[in-house]
Amino acid sequence: MNPVLKVEDLSIRLPVGADRPYAVNKLSYSLYPGEILCVVGESGSGKSMTANAVMGLLPKAIQVDKGAIIFDGKDLISLEEKRARDLRGNRISMIFQEPMTALNPLMRVEDQIGEVFLIHSNLSKQQRKARTLELLKDVGLPDPEKAMRVYPHQLSGGQRQRVMIAMALALEPSILIADEPTTALDVTTQAQILHLIKELQRKHGTAVMFITHDFGVVAEIADRVVVMQYGDMVEIGSREQVLNQPQHPYTKKLIAAVPPLSAPDREIEDRAGQKPALSVKSLCKTYVSPGGWFKPARTVHAAQDVSFDLYRGETLGLVGESGSGKSTVSRCIVRLLDADSGEILLGGSAIQDLDHKALVPFRKQIQMVFQDPYASLNPRKTVGRIIADGPIAQGVPVAEAMDRARELLKLVELPETALERYPHEFSGGQRQRVGIARALAHNPQVLVADEAISALDVSVQAQILELIDTLKKKLNLAVLFVVHDLRVAAQVCDRVIVMQHGKIVEAGDTKAVFEDPQHTYTQNLIASIPGADWRSEHQPTAVGQPA
Amino acid sequence: MSIQTLFYIAGRLIKGLLVLFVIAIFNFFLIRAAPGDPAKVMAGEAGAADEVFLQQLREQFGLDQPLYYQLWVYISNLVQFDMGQTYRQQMPVFDLIMDRLPATLLLTGTAFVLSLGLGVLVGVIAASNHRKWIDSAISVAALVFYATPLFWLALMAVLLFSVFLGWLPAFGMETVGANYTGWDRVVDIAEHLVLPAMTLGLFFTAVYARMTRTSMIETGRADFVKTAKAKGMSPARVTFRHTLRNALLPVVTLAGLQAGQMIGGAVLTETVFAWPGIGRLMFEALFQRDYNLLLGVFFISSAMVVLFNLVTDIIYCLVDPRIELTK
Repeated sequence: MNPVLKVEDLSIRLPVGADRPYAVNKLSYSLYPGEILCVVGESGSGKSMTANAVMGLLPKAIQVDKGAIIFDGKDLISLEEKRARDLRGNRISMIFQEPMTALNPLMRVEDQIGEVFLIHSNLSKQQRKARTLELLKDVGLPDPEKAMRVYPHQLSGGQRQRVMIAMALALEPSILIADEPTTALDVTTQAQILHLIKELQRKHGTAVMFITHDFGVVAEIADRVVVMQYGDMVEIGSREQVLNQPQHPYTKKLIAAVPPLSAPDREIEDRAGQKPALSVKSLCKTYVSPGGWFKPARTVHAAQDVSFDLYRGETLGLVGESGSGKSTVSRCIVRLLDADSGEILLGGSAIQDLDHKALVPFRKQIQMVFQDPYASLNPRKTVGRIIADGPIAQGVPVAEAMDRARELLKLVELPETALERYPHEFSGGQRQRVGIARALAHNPQVLVADEAISALDVSVQAQILELIDTLKKKLNLAVLFVVHDLRVAAQVCDRVIVMQHGKIVEAGDTKAVFEDPQHTYTQNLIASIPGADWRSEHQPTAVGQPA
Repeated sequence: MSIQTLFYIAGRLIKGLLVLFVIAIFNFFLIRAAPGDPAKVMAGEAGAADEVFLQQLREQFGLDQPLYYQLWVYISNLVQFDMGQTYRQQMPVFDLIMDRLPATLLLTGTAFVLSLGLGVLVGVIAASNHRKWIDSAISVAALVFYATPLFWLALMAVLLFSVFLGWLPAFGMETVGANYTGWDRVVDIAEHLVLPAMTLGLFFTAVYARMTRTSMIETGRADFVKTAKAKGMSPARVTFRHTLRNALLPVVTLAGLQAGQMIGGAVLTETVFAWPGIGRLMFEALFQRDYNLLLGVFFISSAMVVLFNLVTDIIYCLVDPRIELTK
């Protein structure tokens, strides 16, 4: 069979001053009709570069150095811009990672899809409308008639991605490039979108180049796999080959870092008679969007009657999809938000009603690690100051606080020289270590980690998880782990709480919940995890073995 | 437009009236707090400054009454849409303002359309040529006009175009004594309009250009622009159908600000070019301590600001479907 797209010895040069000279280096692979080729790699591996080169979407500063991308007998790199435009959106189309921002907020869905026909075909207005409606039906949008007339903000993330897919498939292209199309979606939505892509791909025989960092997704959807590292293709092969018999050490390392779905056996400690470090009782928080003079207020119950205990030395997972209220709960607990009702007992003392001043001594006992390591550290302060600022604010002498910061850096496995440097000099994983050191500066009893690893690459994730686990044991911490990734939850949590629409739908020991989920929502969540069949067995080497 | 939106607009109008009421009271005290006495000014001009005459004048204008009583008279007249008489011309304030309004609106309206159109156009050109020489040239020019004082620019323009080149008239709205009619008159007024409108508009042209440029560059990096390119659109189509429409949203806010100043914002320009509009009326009223007239101009100006704030919000709601006027 002839390939539909052939990448030949492609090198793309990065601007001077980048961390390496080439974004992709002497890359060659082919995409065959009717197959799904997954391009896998961590951030910065250059996995999206080829796709952007195919679409002519490379940033101006980045140039193709040499090589060719052959489509339909023509080299897309040297093709005249006007003729390349005729192919884009027509014969080759693309969908993107962020459905929330990938659609023009000022245009109706109908017009955005219709635009594709307007550019590439001479359909009449009526025909365009009819075709658009057909497409919206194909991608399974509820009430397609109505969906024609809505604006993107009136759709959910998953629905927007369906619109994007409809737009991309409008002219039945030979190639669909999907750049992390499900990364920003919840796990149940992700499962639906993956299913849709696969279904439409089968139906139309489209060749799909699917770019992802998630091996679960690869296991779910790929026919063949390309693994990228620092701009080099380190491995290519069929799905079975790459996933189950990886050859290259980097592929092995990546796959080993993927947490298996089943929970390891854990000693279940008898906590009877022990006093919880944190106890939450009937916590309620309702958001009311302010109504106007004539508009009824809209209410969202982000937390309804949430109760749980957290003991020292254990990790409790707070699991749920976006909008489940898990972040609201964690923010109420550290008093970044004020709960409407309920009790928060920290070491036996009720803290939910304390004012700012009375809260000061309790702030030390409960600390938070935030989601985005890039945004949560003050870029104008040295790492030393970032860590020491909390204790200094609590009255610890500066010299003593800095000494303590030095110790903490050692504890989170960062060199002491980091003290005088600024956050931008560190990678995401290193920054998250700083974030953890900052949280530990107060010697807290309770550590709240709000999606603390979701912004990180999978191999870095494993290291941070390992670190949190070690620290938990060393310092006898009580860890509340807010997480949307069930694989991660299965590995690190002793117990999990599953939330949906602000309510706890299921709670229990991790192994029990994963092996025998009781609530339909939990069952649905677990069933939606991509690649659930692949590596469902627990492998003891999985977590915390950075090769 | 939904029924909620109409309710919202009605609500905003009621709130606007409350705001105007407070502004009116505030204006009243503000003017009285300034030193000066209209009776003395008038008596001085009449050349008779004895106490009896002054007293007579004060009685005539009600200035001998206690302050709270004067306020009461002013406000109670105002709610009946009566802004009182001017001290000097003995004309109803409202009539005088209406008499001058067309000239001002012609000037400020022209400046508004000119600066908005030109500013956005120049901004788009600069953004499309980001980091090329044309972008730098536009940015520097915009910065210069942004930073140059208006009156100085006006004087220099007069010097160049009227005095040296003799292309355009230096002041007034029409050629005195020419008595043009029909098309000739239009041309005559247009010629008179060029310099003041340019002077008034240049500052905002610069502001719009800078803002459009920044906004275009920022929007150009948005994901949906990438989507548009991936559809195979030509760069021009991407720019106008996708980037520009989104980039104009912040410009609308600014345009609303400028529109609100259409009545009260041309004092300097009108004075320099002897343009017979409200700005000059206010300038004269100030020197004559013509309280009623000043209050009238202030009030109308404030009403315009309040009104255009609302209009801006409504326009915003029309151009951006994400915004609903129901809060």
